[in-house]
Amino acid sequence: MSDRALSVVRAGALTTVQDRGRAGHAHLGVPRSGALDAPAAALANRLVGNPAGAAVLETTLDGCALRPRGTVLAAVTGAPCPVRVDGRPVAWGAPVRVPAGALLDLGRVTAGVRSYVSFAGGVAVDPVLASRSTDLLSGLGPAPLTDGAVLPLGPAGTAPPPRGFAAQPAPPAELLLRARPGPRADWFTPAALALLGRARYRVSAASNRIGLRTEGPPLRRALTGELPSEGLVLGAVQVPPDGRPVVFLADHPTTGGYPVAAVVDTADLAAAAQAVPGTPVRFLMAQGA
Amino acid sequence: MRCLPAGAHALLVELDDGEQAAALHAELLRRRGAGELRATEIVPAARTVLLDGLDDPAALAARLPGWQPPPVAAADGALTEIPVRYDGPDLPEVAAHWGLTPRAAALLHAKTVFRVAFCGFAPGFGYLTGLPERYAVPRRADPRTAVPAGAVGLAGPYTGVYPRSSPGGWQLIGTAECVLWDAQRSPAALLAPGMRVRFVPRYLPPGEER
Repeated sequence: MSDRALSVVRAGALTTVQDRGRAGHAHLGVPRSGALDAPAAALANRLVGNPAGAAVLETTLDGCALRPRGTVLAAVTGAPCPVRVDGRPVAWGAPVRVPAGALLDLGRVTAGVRSYVSFAGGVAVDPVLASRSTDLLSGLGPAPLTDGAVLPLGPAGTAPPPRGFAAQPAPPAELLLRARPGPRADWFTPAALALLGRARYRVSAASNRIGLRTEGPPLRRALTGELPSEGLVLGAVQVPPDGRPVVFLADHPTTGGYPVAAVVDTADLAAAAQAVPGTPVRFLMAQGA
Repeated sequence: MRCLPAGAHALLVELDDGEQAAALHAELLRRRGAGELRATEIVPAARTVLLDGLDDPAALAARLPGWQPPPVAAADGALTEIPVRYDGPDLPEVAAHWGLTPRAAALLHAKTVFRVAFCGFAPGFGYLTGLPERYAVPRRADPRTAVPAGAVGLAGPYTGVYPRSSPGGWQLIGTAECVLWDAQRSPAALLAPGMRVRFVPRYLPPGEER
């Protein structure tokens, strides 16, 4: 094999290949998928001179370790974590040259949940429906990384990457989600809707790439019937029978049968991707709109 | 028609029934094809159509009620034939529910022209309508932990074919002899909303045809 490849030495708890996902196929039951913290993934690509849609790796809490076969430029963004090349600390949030055969190690995050590591040329696994993203709901795209796996890299571009550090938002101490009333707000009592905008929830440990689950006061419904399945958008705040809101993230199902009380602005979902379990959550409800 | 808010870039349009949703879906595809509508996603469901990736949902919500899409004609939409063995473990129960023999139930299913109302649950899983309302069947009280790929099932008013092995509560009446979803194929999904589908029997259980 060419030297445009990486060996996975330590896959970590959950490391997946992600790009901008496969929007446009929801009518076939295909989730959009894609990097959960999209701005962090885009920055990682920019730092190594990749186009914004190149595939990167998304880690979960405990990083991963990779050994490129050839010398390659890499960058780590998203959740801050110690980054080492052959044991030597290197910069987070900046381009790093990894010599052929050296070990690039992303340690446990010091804040946030998901770090992103890009490589010049991008991770070049075979695309599915024009995306290389791993979709954990439907199983499309490459499987999550496993120890010993080998990932191909694409040819590096010629654009010179920017130098130095790039500013990144800190993972949220409190997650503020701007939201507007959703298609089924009328399925809830006025008191429940007021509660959604006022109550303090916490990020549940059951959260994943499909949805940010919350713990907190349950929302009571005004209507108790069954809702026929209907299309779901990214950021939809769905309320299952237990009354605890779930904010749908990139791997969300394309249709669902529980009422959607509100929709979170997509700009606030990157912070949701970095909110550790236990983080306080507040929904800032737009009026009217 | 009710236009419901679904965030800054989307609109959920609710219709009175599935036929109206199918008509609006066809109209939206036509207008998108003609360059009159920009939308990333047009997702039909039981009685709604979701539009996502819109520049101005409010402006579209104001225009939509004036469109009056024509109903979908019986012959509209590409016809796909799915070869099927009517050998499902729940066929006797479904037949009893319909007051028919298993063979007659299979023949009734096979002479129906279905339409893909919408997709969901898994990539390539279509919810097919076409059976008269009185043939709706309940889901299984005890869902199976593993339904094999290709299983043809019934639930409520819908027929569906499992694109791959998964848990499922539909009543299984047969086995399709074709691949519903192949990510390496183009198109990957055999079925898409708006298509017509006929099941062609490759095996029928023995017995009376009534």
